[in-house]
Amino acid sequence: MRENEVPQDDSAIYNGQKRAIYATDKSGGYSVVASSGWEAEEEATRQAVEELERLAQEAYEACEAGEVSPLMFHMYDKRLDLLSLSQATGLFQWRIKRHFRPDVFAKLSEKLLLRYADVMGLSLEAIQKLPHKES
Amino acid sequence: MSTMLTHHGLTLSEPMVFGLSSSLNFAYLPFVKLAGMPLIAYRSIPKAIIKGLQKNLGVKMRIETFSNVEKGEQRLDELLAEGKIVGAQTSVFWLPYLPDEMRFHFNGHNLLVYGRDGDTYKISDPVFEDVVVADKKEFAKARFAKGVMAPKGAIYYPIYVPQELDYEQIIPKAIKTVAKRMLNTPVPIAGLKGIRYLAKSIRKLEKKDRRYARLFLGHIVRMQEEIGTGGAGFRYIYASFLQESGQLLDNKILLESSDMMTAVGDSWREFALMIAKSIRTKKSEVVDFDAIAKKLESIADEEAVVYKKLLTAF
Repeated sequence: MRENEVPQDDSAIYNGQKRAIYATDKSGGYSVVASSGWEAEEEATRQAVEELERLAQEAYEACEAGEVSPLMFHMYDKRLDLLSLSQATGLFQWRIKRHFRPDVFAKLSEKLLLRYADVMGLSLEAIQKLPHKES
Repeated sequence: MSTMLTHHGLTLSEPMVFGLSSSLNFAYLPFVKLAGMPLIAYRSIPKAIIKGLQKNLGVKMRIETFSNVEKGEQRLDELLAEGKIVGAQTSVFWLPYLPDEMRFHFNGHNLLVYGRDGDTYKISDPVFEDVVVADKKEFAKARFAKGVMAPKGAIYYPIYVPQELDYEQIIPKAIKTVAKRMLNTPVPIAGLKGIRYLAKSIRKLEKKDRRYARLFLGHIVRMQEEIGTGGAGFRYIYASFLQESGQLLDNKILLESSDMMTAVGDSWREFALMIAKSIRTKKSEVVDFDAIAKKLESIADEEAVVYKKLLTAF
């Protein structure tokens, strides 16, 4: 890629920062060019973020309706899924799935709750309920 | 890594470090999942890179991991107080200075800590150009994140750095390792075979759930461009290495191979652009998975030509 072709798409994701891209000058010599972002990459990142937000939103609504426990919302909200939550906590997936049931979750010991809270960076209090929505 | 070696008296550019440690690679691991998506890597894992440095350059590195957070923090502070620059493995999700959109649970992120100011670490992160800072507490979370590839507080630093290198010997060796690996890896998930395998998986997306299919495609682009690759999944940085090596050794084949590798990088970018366009399309439109897979297969062919040429360079 030539220097003048390095995308400068001012990606919202970069937050005003720049990233190093290796590009060539007129005579083909390589150097580092600072890029403010690339549309294609932004598109892909945004898509992944939106998918997790969608899952979190669905879990939020299901939790409000009393169908699932707040744990499911927090999992997606913290960009985890069943597999990664299982790996991070060391709990079996079937156990976590059980904890998605509101009645089971309500009776969890403090110790187990802390295990979840710790990997999500939440307080014991916060993990037991849904956060208030701004909108 | 380049900063770390330069700090110890061996001035090497980032592309040279990348190339001399034989870091270029490709792996598609459908059974290792990151956020529900298979692991796709464009270079070797950090541990293999460190190994490559030791083997090819004669650098000696020490890697330390910790079973408890306090000990890990204490050791890092000690090393920094000695004036060392220390590499650290972290989870992207817990790095406070990264924009929210980039923070996913990926535990294989490497950065350099070069100083401490009270409860703040000064960090050079390959994701961005400028230096950044992280609060001690949050940085500990990033170092001790749990899950797949858990860093366990891993820090590393050189304990011996040669002051001169025998390029005539090291460069051919490092390049041959990469070329042979990419061409001949016997397992279907790595090297050029891995690229072709990924193309096959893309073709199969046609029959999969459309949401999953688009997320899968987007995931490829993110793995290729997102985490400090220098663009095009490290292909440009490798081209830069080939160029610098060609100049050092006055080797025409290396210089030509560098141009060809640049073209390969351009193809990877075109591939990413194709995907970005396809995931942007409206629901009613169909994604041409076959065209995307074909593009990827043509990249594998293009890379094969470069590696074969590189094997004739010495």
